[in-house]
Amino acid sequence: MIASSSEIARDLQEPVFDLTLEPGSAEKHYWLDLWRYRELFIILAMRDISVRYKQTVIGAGWALIQPVLTMVIMTIVFGKVAGLHSDGAAPYPVMVFAAMLPWMFFSSALSSASQSMIGNANLISKVYFPRLIIPASSVVTSFADFVVSLLLLIGLMSWYRFPPSWNLLALPVFIGIAFLAALGLGLFITALNVKYRDFRYVIPFLIQFGLYATPVGFSSTVIREKLGEKFFLLYSLNPMVGVIDGFRWAILGKNSPIDIRSFYLSLLVVALFLGLGISYFRKTEQGFADII
Amino acid sequence: MSGQAVISVENLGKSYRISHQAEHQRYVALRDVLTDKLKGLSRFRGRRHARPLTEDFWALKDVSFDVRQGEVVGIIGRNGAGKSTLLKILSRITEPSKGRVRIKGRVASLLEVGTGFHPELTGRENIFLNGAILGMTRAEIKRRFDEIVAFAEVERFLDTPVKHYSSGMYVRLAFAVAAHLEPEILIVDEVLAVGDAEFQKRCLGKMQRVADGGRTVLFVSHQLPAVRALTTRGLLLGVGKLVRDGSTSEVLNAYSSSLSEQNAHEASHARPSWAIPLIKRVLLKDKHGDETKHIALGSGCTIEVVIDGMQRRLKKPVLGLVVNHSMHGPIAGVNTRMKPPGSPWQPLSSGILTATFRELPFVQGRYLIDIWVGDGSRDLDTLPGALVLEIVPDDVYGSGMIPFDTHGPVLLRPDWQIEARC
Repeated sequence: MIASSSEIARDLQEPVFDLTLEPGSAEKHYWLDLWRYRELFIILAMRDISVRYKQTVIGAGWALIQPVLTMVIMTIVFGKVAGLHSDGAAPYPVMVFAAMLPWMFFSSALSSASQSMIGNANLISKVYFPRLIIPASSVVTSFADFVVSLLLLIGLMSWYRFPPSWNLLALPVFIGIAFLAALGLGLFITALNVKYRDFRYVIPFLIQFGLYATPVGFSSTVIREKLGEKFFLLYSLNPMVGVIDGFRWAILGKNSPIDIRSFYLSLLVVALFLGLGISYFRKTEQGFADII
Repeated sequence: MSGQAVISVENLGKSYRISHQAEHQRYVALRDVLTDKLKGLSRFRGRRHARPLTEDFWALKDVSFDVRQGEVVGIIGRNGAGKSTLLKILSRITEPSKGRVRIKGRVASLLEVGTGFHPELTGRENIFLNGAILGMTRAEIKRRFDEIVAFAEVERFLDTPVKHYSSGMYVRLAFAVAAHLEPEILIVDEVLAVGDAEFQKRCLGKMQRVADGGRTVLFVSHQLPAVRALTTRGLLLGVGKLVRDGSTSEVLNAYSSSLSEQNAHEASHARPSWAIPLIKRVLLKDKHGDETKHIALGSGCTIEVVIDGMQRRLKKPVLGLVVNHSMHGPIAGVNTRMKPPGSPWQPLSSGILTATFRELPFVQGRYLIDIWVGDGSRDLDTLPGALVLEIVPDDVYGSGMIPFDTHGPVLLRPDWQIEARC
């Protein structure tokens, strides 16, 4: 076939495009795009944090009052009324608070992530960015509260003259696991919540239920003692069991030995939910702008 | 313009799945999914259940075009023509279902003014937030911060939460951020519809400068004068397809004639549901009584409306006319109640109602006339856009010059006077 000279000239000038949009194209550059939009991610998280602390009159106070009151109630109900024992020589309130930290972070991350897409519906239908940013930034916002209550723990420990051990150095690892657990399940719930608009009625119940299925107000050794070894492993399928045991091990030191099998089991479930959450979110993400 | 193509659209298509069962709801309820599943389980074999009918609806189909660097392209079309879908695909909000788009350079799309603005945050915080949402880096925003603030004229309120802003300030700030984006390609939707006239003018000026700076602009608007003023090329979309691609004036003409033709064609369908179809025919005649479509500038015409009321008898027949301009919308209206006929109209059930104008006070252009027929104070029938009237240039002033149609549709014929004073 002989191309005319003008056709050749046109071929030579064929411009180089740097973005191609076709069915399924967003999948290809997903992680690269996520990196490109990191500034937006930071700014959205900052926005949520600053709005949160501006809106409540007591501001940061709220992040302090809530866990303290819950800790007091739990200490009374489980420590005094039910008469459960603490981990080793650790004061009951400190043991409860060590678990309150990751639990409050986890539950507030789940509930705010699940609302985040609908709360930002106008953004989603007007601007492009990897949608993952939105629930992820609301997890970060809950993390700000977590940091505030971490300071409270320090106060509590000095009040009870309970010095930390070297285990404390491992705390960032468990914080990381708590973060991934919240993100994985959060993404999953967020995607479900966009797709099935009535799913949001289920979420508060799930969190309420989770509070009792998680060793927040009592030690996880109580479960093993009262319900047996087999049940304890089943119990460890709750990803927060491993996270909370890890927190207690790091904060309470040798008073709270960690069961390594149960910890790995929880870790496995965290990884599973993270993978499932990301893949389900990405699968439904494409249609968000069309259905939101 | 010999820039190279920066946007290449090939056979682009976008389909949405629509369900006939639940047309008004876009999302699914988990409850419904579960009950459907349960119903499916409990149902015995043999009884076939009619599945909810779903169907693919193509909002955009087989659209192809190239945009070269530095071109300013207006995208026009009626509602539902696919303009918004096209913009959403170009700005990556939604993925195409077919075909592909290739883009060179950074795209910023402005589908709304103030996307992501948060009322609790201050003006300063919102500038950074909105800038990041529109795709600016923090460094860029910092660099242009003063310019943005100056353009928006909000210096004194920078640290006030925007919930205390007046709506004018809010819009100014939002547009200022967007106007200082420095993308290679700017996509703008109907955002100029907000704000006062003065501000709109400034925005148009700003966009003009963006375009003059050699950047590529895609502009969607229903304000045809703005499209005419800003763009050099037009794309006309109709029901998901690219109908016309050419110079702005060519495409705008095609658009307004397609509008009027469609209106004339669809006149019988455009009747509101309450209307009783009394109007049978509408005729336009020139001053000599010949049927025509063109009226010379400054000249008169006659409009004849043939009605047939069948059994219905109109006790006090009323005729009303509304003149619509293809860009300015309705511009004039009159009826026989406000300006009664020389001798009162007698009751009738069928006949011809005539309106004669000695002179039409409109400049050259295309006009659509809505016809109304009533009985006393009650409207019985109407035909929107029943008549297409084209006023053609004529030497109405005897000077060899005709009025500017850019200054509005009204024909003025003043008597001038001059009086010298020493």
